[in-house]
Amino acid sequence: MIGKIVSILIAIFAASALLIGVKDFPKWADPNQPASLHVSPRYIEKTVEETAVPNMVTSVLADYRGYDTMFETSVIFTAGIAVMMFLRRPHK
Amino acid sequence: MISKWEDLIIETLCRFLIPFMQTYSLYVLVHGHSSPGGGFQGGCIMAACFILLVIAYDLNEAKKRFKEKINVIFCSLGVFIYAGTGWACLLLGGNFLDYGKLSLILPTDPIKARYYGMASIETGVEITVMAIMVSIFWDLVTGGKHEEALEEENARADCK
Repeated sequence: MIGKIVSILIAIFAASALLIGVKDFPKWADPNQPASLHVSPRYIEKTVEETAVPNMVTSVLADYRGYDTMFETSVIFTAGIAVMMFLRRPHK
Repeated sequence: MISKWEDLIIETLCRFLIPFMQTYSLYVLVHGHSSPGGGFQGGCIMAACFILLVIAYDLNEAKKRFKEKINVIFCSLGVFIYAGTGWACLLLGGNFLDYGKLSLILPTDPIKARYYGMASIETGVEITVMAIMVSIFWDLVTGGKHEEALEEENARADCK
């Protein structure tokens, strides 16, 4: 019972801390927010020129962020190997 | 869940549905270049075919078509294709995953070579995702016992 109360208090505290952080977010679809000023314009302007891909999402996924996608695949691979390791038992 | 249902309607429907699902999965894969889609989504659809096979028939029928040994090889083959494409670019004098350099070994210009490079890494992603999804499903649904769990379930069904 006491554990439940403590966990509810921790959950309320964590949620309110996150909600206070939301207040400082940039406005929705604000063109001057930091995320839109750094690399996004370059992706938008130079995708076709630099990567020759008609789709901007693909150019970011497979070209600019190729490492990221490679290790996403590795993460899935690792997850599968871990499930095999912990669950699969040797056949008789 | 993994033992035989013996339901003619479900089996026939699955037999018709699965080839179309697999074709659709390959469609999602090859159109990932210029429209929504790609390796992760296509791989999940492809894995759904094999999961449907287990549900509609039984585990043995599914394993006859997708053997456990091949499944383990496929798990790592996808990552190998992805990293191998990157290394091929590196060995041809470019950066890691700089697909334009593949035009030195492919009979195309750099622009088309970039397309082929991306298609090959998406294929690698699809193979890994498909094999891992199927393997996790097998392990979870039988508690890691595979054929043994199937035998136990059949024995229980016989007792009833």
